[in-house]
Amino acid sequence: MMRVRLRGVQVFLPLSVLAILILINLIKGADYFSISIINGALYGNIPNILFGASELVILSIGMTLVTSSSGGQDISVGVAAAISSSVFVRILLGAGSITWMTILVAFLASCVVGILIGAFNGTLVAIFSVQPMVATLILYTAGRSIAFLVDGRLSPVLANDLTSQIGSVIPGIPIQTPILLTVIFVILFAILLRTTNLKLYSQSVGINQKAARLNGINPVRIKILTYMILGVCTAVAGFIAVTKAGRHDSVNLLKYVEMDAILAVAIGGNALGGGKFSIAGSIIGAYTIEVLNRTLLRLEVDTETIKAFKAVFIIILMVIASPVVREYVAKSVKLMRARRDGAVQTQLADGTDAARVSEAAIPTEKEV
Amino acid sequence: MNQTKRTEVISNSNLLLIIAAVIFVLMYGFAILRYPGSFLQYQTFFDMFSLNAPLIILTLGLSIVMIGGGIDISVGAVTGLVTMCCAVFLEFGPRNIGGSMLLALGIGIAFGLLQGFLIAYLEIQPFIITLAGMFLANGLLTTIHKDPLNVTLPDFVRLRDSEIVIQWLGITNRLGKFIPLTIKPGAVIALALVVLMVILMHWSRFGRNLYAVGGNSQSALMLGINVKRTKFYSYALCGLLTGIAGFVFILTTGAGNVGNATGFEMKAIAGSIIGGTMLSGGVGNLIGSPVGALTLLTINELIRAAGVNSNFQAIASGMMLCIFIVLQSSVLWLRGKGRFRLALPAWLSRVRS
Repeated sequence: MMRVRLRGVQVFLPLSVLAILILINLIKGADYFSISIINGALYGNIPNILFGASELVILSIGMTLVTSSSGGQDISVGVAAAISSSVFVRILLGAGSITWMTILVAFLASCVVGILIGAFNGTLVAIFSVQPMVATLILYTAGRSIAFLVDGRLSPVLANDLTSQIGSVIPGIPIQTPILLTVIFVILFAILLRTTNLKLYSQSVGINQKAARLNGINPVRIKILTYMILGVCTAVAGFIAVTKAGRHDSVNLLKYVEMDAILAVAIGGNALGGGKFSIAGSIIGAYTIEVLNRTLLRLEVDTETIKAFKAVFIIILMVIASPVVREYVAKSVKLMRARRDGAVQTQLADGTDAARVSEAAIPTEKEV
Repeated sequence: MNQTKRTEVISNSNLLLIIAAVIFVLMYGFAILRYPGSFLQYQTFFDMFSLNAPLIILTLGLSIVMIGGGIDISVGAVTGLVTMCCAVFLEFGPRNIGGSMLLALGIGIAFGLLQGFLIAYLEIQPFIITLAGMFLANGLLTTIHKDPLNVTLPDFVRLRDSEIVIQWLGITNRLGKFIPLTIKPGAVIALALVVLMVILMHWSRFGRNLYAVGGNSQSALMLGINVKRTKFYSYALCGLLTGIAGFVFILTTGAGNVGNATGFEMKAIAGSIIGGTMLSGGVGNLIGSPVGALTLLTINELIRAAGVNSNFQAIASGMMLCIFIVLQSSVLWLRGKGRFRLALPAWLSRVRS
């Protein structure tokens, strides 16, 4: 019962935040939901949010899985996306003619690179039992330079119709392609989680590695697998980012996205210490971050101050979601109900006093 | 230490410290062999201290937090904020050096207290809170002032350019002119803080408690340690050190800039790890932190001296980090299996009684 209620809260919080943000936008201007058609594609605030958050959503999905299984976060996702997309660009530019076929081949190659990066990180985490943040710090330090070396020069340009169509709109389809790619990716991922026991296994490894091992699950293999899946996510995110931008800027491509991805996981109500997770929460968290960014822009907050506002927002959100505050609120609600109940006041007063004493006893024990 | 009967010959913290020190010495030895002209001079060694004093101080703060089992990724941004606030204060404000010092410490402690309270008492994940702290500091920094600001206050400039001259370590250059060794005041502050923090972590109640909390907070609670307060103090201390680092930064460069100290948090984390502090908490020796930071800096100096593409600097740092992490983890694994023992030299073994 307790768990069910907590799970409800988990998605409820980011959803209500999202609702509040949208309400603020509506107050600012009633035309928030208006959608216009330009060149046969839908544009407007909502499509723009979906468009802008596509990489973040994909990365946060992979990050959730990694967080669940290894109890730590990968801070090299932005860098890994830069490396894999640099391979993509290199192959595409080296191929001469750009067709759907070469794009597919280059994309698959970049996926392989992403998987290799994931395997590297996963090996360090699983076999050498290094904390994930430390293990991924290696690539975080070196990665952008590697991407630059793969590029061979500063920001090679992808100037052709096909990749720019992937980055914006394919003629005849009214929705921007990155949104479609994100939806396809989410559906594929949902199928993966429904048809395999990956979710159960990674959760059990994250909750108790030794118990999982005794139950016949190989924690090392599961951890490396989740990192490889995150590698695929980074490759897809890098692919989308580079087609959106039309050029590969190894220094600035998806810069600081790792922080946002971890934030999305946390806002989605997932414990950063591993264990149970909800992909839906992370996806909502990712969209919440994007909506927040755009809301601050829409409210004409100075671009210099946006980060500070974002920080205050995150702090408030995390304070509301923190277990201590939640417990305290639940306790005071219970007390208020007990006081309101006048009919059995005397009996309840004794009960609540006893409860208060016993509740007070726990923290004092900790204080000593 | 004399009373406790130790089963291990040497603690994990000290083992990792020894590995870090050996690697640093090897590294510097290689540098001397390869480029005797520059690395053999004392000035090169002390310049590393003088120019990177803020980073060394930050590494200390981060190590303290990491020993307590937490993490603080806001240090770089807060350092930047402190430099800019001091620059504005010294340029447009009351133009008072003592005041700016207090301002620097105040900002650092304020961030430390806020984050420490949220992390320790409200039990929010440290990564997220300090990430928010990083955003907050960044946002405030750009709000306060956007353009580079050079401090022109004469008193401050005199302080900035002041150097401590050590005559007997000087050298005579090719023209026969004697050049004494000079050290910036920042380096002295950093060294003093290293000594102070090592003493604090080893011989004070707070330091011992922090090791216990980081190692296993449940057992620490059972022992009657106030876990929450200890964690809170560790973040506050880290904030204080960040404030000092910010002031030392502006004392070294003499200007406030939006780009000041960006990315220092990751450098400081890397330095702490190379210095033998473990992110999982409870293990680490604060002497290792400056050693770790200096190891990273030596790599960078080496690559700069070699004159190759600056991209290789990052790659070499990454590889170095990788080698070190793998080494650390294998040594700890072997120790866990009981196959790796290090005999203690005679002059240290009296500790075991």
